[in-house]
Amino acid sequence: MSETEATTPAVEAPAPKVNPVLGDIDRIRKAIPDAILRVEEDAVREQYWLYLKPKALVPVLKLLRDDRNSDYPYLADLTCVDRPYEERRFTMIYNLYSLSRKQRLFLKVQLAENETVATASDVFVSADWAEREVYDLFGVRFDGHPDLRRIELPDDWDGHPLRKDYPIVGKRPVILLNDVRDAL
Amino acid sequence: MASTETLTLNMGPQHPSTHGVLRLVLELDGETVIKCVPHIGYLHTGMEKSMENEPYQQAITITDRMDYLSAMNNNLAYCLAVEKLLGLKLPPRANTIRILMSEIQRIASHLLWLGTHAMDIGAMSVFFYCFREREMILNFFEEIAGARLTPSYIRIGGVALDLPDTAEEKIAKFLGILPDRLDEYWALLDENPIWRERTVGIGVISAADCLRYGVTGPRLRATGVPMDLRKDHPYCGYENYTFDVQVGENSDVFDSYRVRMGEMRESLRLIEQCLETMPEGDFNADDPKIVLPPKERVFTDMEALIHHFILVTRGFPVPPGEAYASIESPKGELGFYVVSDGSEKPYRVRVRPPSFYNLQALPYIVQGEMVADTVAVIGSLDIVLGEIDR
Repeated sequence: MSETEATTPAVEAPAPKVNPVLGDIDRIRKAIPDAILRVEEDAVREQYWLYLKPKALVPVLKLLRDDRNSDYPYLADLTCVDRPYEERRFTMIYNLYSLSRKQRLFLKVQLAENETVATASDVFVSADWAEREVYDLFGVRFDGHPDLRRIELPDDWDGHPLRKDYPIVGKRPVILLNDVRDAL
Repeated sequence: MASTETLTLNMGPQHPSTHGVLRLVLELDGETVIKCVPHIGYLHTGMEKSMENEPYQQAITITDRMDYLSAMNNNLAYCLAVEKLLGLKLPPRANTIRILMSEIQRIASHLLWLGTHAMDIGAMSVFFYCFREREMILNFFEEIAGARLTPSYIRIGGVALDLPDTAEEKIAKFLGILPDRLDEYWALLDENPIWRERTVGIGVISAADCLRYGVTGPRLRATGVPMDLRKDHPYCGYENYTFDVQVGENSDVFDSYRVRMGEMRESLRLIEQCLETMPEGDFNADDPKIVLPPKERVFTDMEALIHHFILVTRGFPVPPGEAYASIESPKGELGFYVVSDGSEKPYRVRVRPPSFYNLQALPYIVQGEMVADTVAVIGSLDIVLGEIDR
């Protein structure tokens, strides 16, 4: 190695970012094997998604909340995305935030049309209304929810407006699911 | 003879102290609230659904109408989420203008909160004073954006227009007036025995409970948790400014009032710094495929005309993916989760409305409190029904 090489610093390569939720993933894998189906990482935007088995959702939420090293005391949001052309059309997204670590973590659970998932409101009370909203606007049912009623729409409303097969004009879903599939 | 029967009282949805169209069904034992069941949805207009059917840029107008008291902050949160998907870098002037606007809007929102909150508890005069100052801000917004409540000023890629030449002078004038006026409100309320009687020790909720219910913003900071996304996850360059996070101790209505009063002063500090450091240069990102070209160029330049035409009629495609961006709105953590399928319209937009989660804690807080204190607690949560119902 010549001297010039030694003194001139190499072009600074960005330090490889350590995935900050690796610890969480390890802890989940250790406590509940095969809970995580897939890990999705977007290091540029610092966003991390864990795809979970629907059955494992509540134990994982409990673990992430109670484990001192994970420390997610706050479920910021819970929502749903409808992809009618997929086999499991509903993707539930749980948005967890750790105040001490300043870390956000998304959990995802994918559900088929009539599949249900256990309520998260036993672990985080904030999920109560959010799940009611998802039930109201998407028609996803939550097992064990204390009060699963419509929250935004009147009780006698027909259909679930945020589903993709619900039209933007008119009252009830008139577009058949197959039409949506063809259009997409 | 003592009776054990309880009374069911319907409060709202037109009750003035429910800040919009919130309906509460209260079960009362004498004047004590045993149970409180909020009913929301009277303002539901399907905004998330509407946004799925608008091009990205035009969906901003819908965000204005969510939390109509802090429209700039809504614009900002949505734009940040879309910009995250686009991977857009903004020029420094755009960022500074954005911080300037969101802090001015924060003051406007807190002023309205202070006025209505004080009026709910019986202090009428504060309301008029607060609206006087808020009027200055709204007039300023009208001058820069053309609208008072729904400016749609912050756009994807920057802001709609550059600040007019008179802006600095107007803001400086406002900065000269407001600190004294804040002292006045402080003098009117802080040592006022009636105010203290109605707020100190009322509506206490612990920090752990706040987090369980998803309560954020000043109400969480009143419990002593210094969570402020401007500090924790700085956006638009908040890390370059000095300001303190206001925290309370006693987690009651009074502390949340103090936190908000302090925040208005911190916002003034931030505005001052914005004016001092306002960089020259572009106020929009340099990306003709996303940002509308300047009007003069549309009239003279063929390429600009084409860009203008395409952007207005069709919009711009956003790479497929999902992004969540959240900001510290005057009410708490305001987040947008945007899912893109690669087309010109968002596939799904989810709003994380702070008021929605803050209101959820209301039944828990008011349990065992007096009916009259329910009004004080609603005020301290600072809810906007436009955002809750969307």
